[in-house]
Amino acid sequence: MAITFDDVRQIASLARVGIDETRLPVLAGELSRILDHMAVLAQVDVSASDAGGPGNPEPGAPLRRDAGPPIPLSEALSHFAPDMRGGFFIVPRLATHEDDASEEET
Amino acid sequence: MTGHTEAGSYEMVVGLEVHVQLTTATKAFCPCSAAYGAPPNENTCPVCLALPGALPVINAHAVELAARAALALGCTVHGTSIFARKHYFYPDLPKGYQISQYDRPLATGGVLEIGESRIRITRVHLEEDAGKSIHDRYPSASAIDLNRSGVPLLEIVSEPDLRSPSQAGRYLRALREVMLYTGVSDVNMEEGSLRVDANVSARRFGDANLGTKTEVKNLNSFSNVERALASEFERQCAVLSRGQRVEQQTMLWDAARDMVRPARSKEASHDYRYFPEPDLPPLVLTDDWIDRVRGSMPELPAARRARYARDYAVSDGDIDVLVATPVLAEYFEAVAIASGDPKAAANWVTGEVLAERKTAVHAITRASPVSSGDGAAAPGSSFPVPVDRLAELIALIRAGTVSHTAAKAIYAELVRVGGAETAKRVAERLGLQQVGDDAALRAWIDAVWLEHAAEARRFESGEQKLKGVLVGLVMKKSGGRADPRRVNQLLDERAVRG
Amino acid sequence: MSADAVRAAFARAREMKAGPDGLNIVLAENSDAEREAGAMTAAEGLGGPLLAQPIAVKDNIATLDIPTTCGSRILEGYVSPYEATVIARLRAAGAVIAFKTNMDEFAMGSSTENSAFGTVHHPLDPSRVPGGSSGGSAAAVAAGMVRIALGSETGGSVRQPAAFCGVVGVKPTYGRVSRYGLVAFASSLDQVGVLGRTVDDAAAALGVIAGRDPLDSTSVDIPVPDYRAASRRSVRGLVIGRPREYFPERLDPGIRARCDAAIDAFRSAGAIVRDVSLPHTDYAVPVYYIIAPAEASSNLARFDGVRYGLRVTGSGLSAMYDATRSRGFGPEVTRRILLGTYVLSAGYYDAYYRRAQRVRALIEQDFRSVFASGVDVLFTPTTPTTAFKIGAVSDPYEMYLNDIFTATANLAGVPAVSVPIGSSQGLPVGGQLIAPHFGEATMFAAAYALEGSLGSASA
Repeated sequence: MAITFDDVRQIASLARVGIDETRLPVLAGELSRILDHMAVLAQVDVSASDAGGPGNPEPGAPLRRDAGPPIPLSEALSHFAPDMRGGFFIVPRLATHEDDASEEET
Repeated sequence: MTGHTEAGSYEMVVGLEVHVQLTTATKAFCPCSAAYGAPPNENTCPVCLALPGALPVINAHAVELAARAALALGCTVHGTSIFARKHYFYPDLPKGYQISQYDRPLATGGVLEIGESRIRITRVHLEEDAGKSIHDRYPSASAIDLNRSGVPLLEIVSEPDLRSPSQAGRYLRALREVMLYTGVSDVNMEEGSLRVDANVSARRFGDANLGTKTEVKNLNSFSNVERALASEFERQCAVLSRGQRVEQQTMLWDAARDMVRPARSKEASHDYRYFPEPDLPPLVLTDDWIDRVRGSMPELPAARRARYARDYAVSDGDIDVLVATPVLAEYFEAVAIASGDPKAAANWVTGEVLAERKTAVHAITRASPVSSGDGAAAPGSSFPVPVDRLAELIALIRAGTVSHTAAKAIYAELVRVGGAETAKRVAERLGLQQVGDDAALRAWIDAVWLEHAAEARRFESGEQKLKGVLVGLVMKKSGGRADPRRVNQLLDERAVRG
Repeated sequence: MSADAVRAAFARAREMKAGPDGLNIVLAENSDAEREAGAMTAAEGLGGPLLAQPIAVKDNIATLDIPTTCGSRILEGYVSPYEATVIARLRAAGAVIAFKTNMDEFAMGSSTENSAFGTVHHPLDPSRVPGGSSGGSAAAVAAGMVRIALGSETGGSVRQPAAFCGVVGVKPTYGRVSRYGLVAFASSLDQVGVLGRTVDDAAAALGVIAGRDPLDSTSVDIPVPDYRAASRRSVRGLVIGRPREYFPERLDPGIRARCDAAIDAFRSAGAIVRDVSLPHTDYAVPVYYIIAPAEASSNLARFDGVRYGLRVTGSGLSAMYDATRSRGFGPEVTRRILLGTYVLSAGYYDAYYRRAQRVRALIEQDFRSVFASGVDVLFTPTTPTTAFKIGAVSDPYEMYLNDIFTATANLAGVPAVSVPIGSSQGLPVGGQLIAPHFGEATMFAAAYALEGSLGSASA
């Protein structure tokens, strides 16, 4: 499976992991070789298999009562937050953001 | 809706994706409070902060509300549904993914009837909300508040069955009503508990295929939805009539400029990399459980409309006003029953009561005036005049103890004292009891005869059309207290006497 | 008196040079440990095998007051404001958290060479790795600092270092132990595991931490047996399966010899040994290395510099994400995030992730079939080699092959334990027992018997 430099750039962008251009050849090579090992799975007859997943008997997800108390924190958020002001987590303003908050996904 | 161009007629095709916040006490996957309005980041915990090692646990009530909404929309609620992770990076999405549902949603295949149209509901699913980003509070920074992160949302997706902005508006109002009636959500667009994204496309009439659709976001009121749809459709028709193709993109509604504009694309593509949420086993709902939810369904808007027409003979116009706001309808019913006079109750509730609520300012947390059905604020949870006081007032009018005019003044005073006094007591205190004593009435009539001798003479000689004016003058002379019926009769006597 | 064990632990750590300038086992110490131990017996008056016992905890398990770094720069100095359920349960049983141990970054690795804070050195031969990713915890037990340590399992990360270090390492059934507070690597595979000086130590610790946790939706509501008592049961008549796929021709002869001796020991104890087959075993590594990185790429998306951990400011938000994550994650973590993102991405999800999950189900089915056929436990080597030299394995996929005998149990969700069964050329060898889902009692019985009959090296 040949992973191209563009593939690596694209994946790195999706994953928000900055990759040094000089590392591209090594990474592309490593990922390609690893994925080559996975190729063997394409030959497996999976018709007898269900969707898979952890093997425990499932009565279904447990449901929680709609009530507190909330899970306590032993420290205030400011204790471990990189930048807090006025109770808010502060981050650099999104570079492509203009004058409305609508671009957030929901 | 159609756009006529030189090239031909185009038909508007619209599907709506509506997100409603559920009225749970706690969040979808953690026991933090879901209440609105707390100081920033006060309602947070390891789970909704996405601290390392935290895990989600599903809120039972959120599931119940979701099922209730889905059933009220005529959907099939599936016995097994699966949560999935939807990945994207944004500072108000702490895990870097949203827990949502993808190819095995909670419910599918419903329908919402609006008038003669049946709008199909594709799916209803449960997911969690993101936090809020505020971009104008600090220079070159965004301020993130995660109170909202993890609050449960219901996503309701319609088929592209809508054909005009006004139909879309009716769909939204009807959907909103259902959510209010089932107690699922406050559906308040201003507060963000109801959000709408629209998918719009245009096609030639008779064309079975769908045109390329654009997504329109940033819609914050029902009227803006309608305007945005019209604007975007017009834009697409113009593109198509130039022989060009509509580009698939996200558009934002710019309320200030009254137009849609393309969103600045922040990602070349949205690859959400959905996969089943490994931290949550499948959601299993038994048939018994689903039946119980169905059985405990409150009365839905359509049923209430029919019942009001049948049992209370409420007019269509009044029905629309009452049914649009469940708390108003409930108040009306209580007053109708207490007073035994549904017609009067309907008049009062859709009249004086509603008018007063609209201008009232609430001290209660979710302070907002009564809705105009525009997707704006919902009514306050209490009415200042208790049911029995208004019923009493209606009875006083019927008994002739106070006139209708006086009753309005009495009502205003009842509002002011918050029902601390009986209506009768207020009437007495304000001296507004209707006066039916002939001697007093004659005295007022005599006074008017003196002040308006010419009109009086003409009326006595047979000009019936002056009767209304003279009655009005007597009412005014009496400070509104005269019994207008008796005044009419006494005037009749004078006319006969001549 | 009651703080003796804790004091001895710190003394031993100093003696063995367990810090960064020595074996590099310890990332942080609990400076309050002695006081806590003293207060424990005075206040509680409780019994129990863990009372006032010092525990070493892998640094991906959340503890209060002591940092939880996951062996990564992105969490350097991060102190969790809540503690993991397993920690709360240990402390309620009177145990004292003494050390946070070094590990492969975010549990990704088989040697601890992927730690951002330097590799751990094998206590018996410091030029060698202790195995990974729970290498620090295994080394802490092997070095005699503690009798019990917590690690985590995703593909063998407790059993493999246990085998390399000559200690006992247990992976419970998926869902047996709460994951709340275990920093997630691959959610459908992760479990907190236990390392112990002896089978009895491990059984005691598992008994304390196991059981349903309402904070973990994947933890299962099944009663926790008395594992220590269960381990004393005789193995006479126990049917032990020997899956041929785990004894390939090329298996290291030293390891094969120890395994053969273990099989003989079982027979002598009255167990019945049967040859069986787990036909999909060879697919375990490819399946694992699709599923685990996929889930990891998702679980690690939360490390973005916004709310906690490392933040590297750049010009704008995007730059902050990129710089924080590239500076904060090491090469192996980066590689797996990229791999995982790729196999989940549009167009590849079906061919990779979904297909891997389906093959995984076949692997699980292999185990169910074998156990249904009358086999009580399976016996295999734990690892294909003994502890290798630091720096010896540089190819990523070659490193992944260390998991070849262990990853199947994680994929199937079944419990497994590595027991020291001797040594080969002076280095410890581990034998693995695999039991059916929630069959830890049987597993411990077989393990205890094996340990006893072989006069285990680390008793």
